[in-house]
Amino acid sequence: MQSDSRATYDEMHHPDGAVRSAYAGFREWYDEQDRGWLKKQDVEAERFFRRTGITFNVYGEDAGEERLIPFDMIPRIITAREWRKLSRGIEQRVRALNAFLHDLYHRQEIVRAGRFPERLLRGNDAFLRQMVGLTPPGGVYTHVVGIDLVRTGPDEFMVLEDNARTPSGVSYMLENRETMMAMFPELFSRVAVRPVSDYPRRLAHSLAACAPEAVRGSGRPVVAVLTPGIFNSAYFEHAFLADQMGAELVEGSDLRVVDGRIAMRTTRGYRPIDVIYRRVDDEYLDPLSFHPDSVLGVAGIMDIYRAGRVTIANAPGTGIADDKAIYSFMPEIVEFYTGEKPLLNNVPTWRCGEPEALKHVLDNLKDLVVKEVHGSGGYGMLIGPAASRREIARFAKKLRARPENYIAQPTLSLSTVPIFTKAGLAPRHVDLRPFVLVSPGGIDITPGGLTRVALKKGSLVVNSSQGGGTKDSWVLED
Amino acid sequence: MLGRSANGIYWMARNLERAENTARLLDVGFRMALTRGAQAAKEEWRSVLVTIGQDLDYRARFDEHTGPQVFNFILRGPDNPASVLAMVENARTNARAVRTAITREVWEATNECWMALRDLLARPVRESNIGEVLTMIRRQTTQVRGAMDGTMLRNEIFNFARIGTFIERADNTARILDVKYYVLLPSVAWVGSSLDNAQWETVLRSVAGDRAYRWLNAGSMDSRGIAEFLILDGRFPRSLTFCYAKLRSNLGGLSRQHGLETAAHGLLREAGSRLHETTIDAIFERGLHEFITEFIADTLLIGEAIAADYRFIE
Repeated sequence: MQSDSRATYDEMHHPDGAVRSAYAGFREWYDEQDRGWLKKQDVEAERFFRRTGITFNVYGEDAGEERLIPFDMIPRIITAREWRKLSRGIEQRVRALNAFLHDLYHRQEIVRAGRFPERLLRGNDAFLRQMVGLTPPGGVYTHVVGIDLVRTGPDEFMVLEDNARTPSGVSYMLENRETMMAMFPELFSRVAVRPVSDYPRRLAHSLAACAPEAVRGSGRPVVAVLTPGIFNSAYFEHAFLADQMGAELVEGSDLRVVDGRIAMRTTRGYRPIDVIYRRVDDEYLDPLSFHPDSVLGVAGIMDIYRAGRVTIANAPGTGIADDKAIYSFMPEIVEFYTGEKPLLNNVPTWRCGEPEALKHVLDNLKDLVVKEVHGSGGYGMLIGPAASRREIARFAKKLRARPENYIAQPTLSLSTVPIFTKAGLAPRHVDLRPFVLVSPGGIDITPGGLTRVALKKGSLVVNSSQGGGTKDSWVLED
Repeated sequence: MLGRSANGIYWMARNLERAENTARLLDVGFRMALTRGAQAAKEEWRSVLVTIGQDLDYRARFDEHTGPQVFNFILRGPDNPASVLAMVENARTNARAVRTAITREVWEATNECWMALRDLLARPVRESNIGEVLTMIRRQTTQVRGAMDGTMLRNEIFNFARIGTFIERADNTARILDVKYYVLLPSVAWVGSSLDNAQWETVLRSVAGDRAYRWLNAGSMDSRGIAEFLILDGRFPRSLTFCYAKLRSNLGGLSRQHGLETAAHGLLREAGSRLHETTIDAIFERGLHEFITEFIADTLLIGEAIAADYRFIE
């Protein structure tokens, strides 16, 4: 999909071409560098990523093949003032998300108050009846959240999507910074950038603080990362985080229930685990409670969880908050639980399940982005402005058949940040995914996050599965 | 550590060691082909296939033992699940699965090893570049071993890696000796007689022992002396005695770390003392082939006991 260049906010330059203050320090450095040397560093970065094995697996075509997410060396820069404002909004939203999840699985006050339609829960696979009435250790549902933000103007950030289930990409945030610091160390002595490298430590700390009551505070809770295995698209990240946290990286086949706790098979026998940072989807978590043929999970883990003897992060059933139809209620949700006006806006969204909205969407398909309410990763969506007439007609048919399965949004004019090309700097559209940790101790937001960038000129699709790249994201020190 | 990780690191080391030893064998085949004429080369290629247990698979696909056909099958045969490329791929898959148990340098060396060989073996290998390919295999696998040696904590993870290396190496040296004797000595009556030096050198060369042996024996070759060197000389890093000494020390490390011995320790102690107490005369009296068959079976049992004792699989 193509953007409308007239209305696009360029994060590095003022409309008259002058460099914005956030980028002043970087630009000064950049202009002093030899172009040929920069080109060499650009190639070097790719080699560095390949050698360290920072790859992701792509589902579908070329299944199993590992690919690199392209890295662009021009940083995306956010000022301290912008970040303060953003983090207040993110914190408010994440607080509301947790309160909302707790309410959904308990008294459903928000439904009773008539502020949220119960029909969105009925028949929704992401709503887990196994979680009803169950309070996770520490009361935390979303231990790790990724909030996808887009920017449309100087002070206009909007939430495009909440990732409360299992947000990925944090390893790229960390490796991108590592790479930048390895390639351009002197740059960091000239521009004061807030560090991100302590994320794994903060994650370990935050997860330990969510351990079951019985072990919290008493010594060191045992944390393990549960991965579906090496063929999963985010395996590199699972291994990376386990490594950085000093936690075991376990698979379902390593785990079983021993003496009423979850334990892992070590060379010395079974050893209990207190907190499982799982990167396995809900439906594979426990073959006794969900998919009976799943080999990725642990038989009986839900019973142990119910007994409060293990923490599962994120809690099962949090995926309901990622539902795009529910997303459209986030302004109401934030207000209901915090009693405050939302500090971060949603992207305007039409719920196709509502007859008036459906009519509007069908009449304007060529200008809209239509998404499946349960979809993710940029799959199964229609990008009106980029679609052919036939594609639009075909999509309209699907939309009429199951309107409640879709939401629609306007094609936004996402902000741009330049990327490095052989011909020099060239603007490309970006989004931002900050990572948020939640524990009874509070909400902890790592400054910056993952900037994804559409590498094709004019393209608005930043998903790595669709050819997007990433950038190092800087939050400047005050 | 996880039992699955112990299994992974053990097989990672075994796969790399096997890839390296296979490259050494191929190097000998290639050298023979260059210097000894067609018939000798053909025999040599066949013996390489027999040694690594791939002759049946090979003959199911091809009629003749020509050099490029044999070394391409062994190095990169797309329908050969035990090709060198597959071994290195397996080693990398193992490394990926135990990513948190190895250092970044070990992972990078393993990953680079795989990337280099994948690129090098993307097209058929010709006689003009086989030398380069084999050197690359040796160099890359050596780099992984070096990274392990230089960066890994001496904990149980390291012990499992070393155990994998020496179980595989003991097995490989034993097989090479067995097959070469069979090929080079058609009848028992030949044992001890003076043979073609160049042929015996191939045995030594395939375990990188030619220089050491010449140095120790002032250049003279005899079959009994070579067997003694490969089996009993504890100074030579590919001899059976050396491999078992390393196994003893790494298994010993595990028992100290765990505070207890397992069935594998008992098995190793028994097999080790049999090896320690025997002489080359006793071995030949009983029959070299019988001795080696028993040694390979012992080594297999020790490997299986380690896998069971340390919960490699459920």
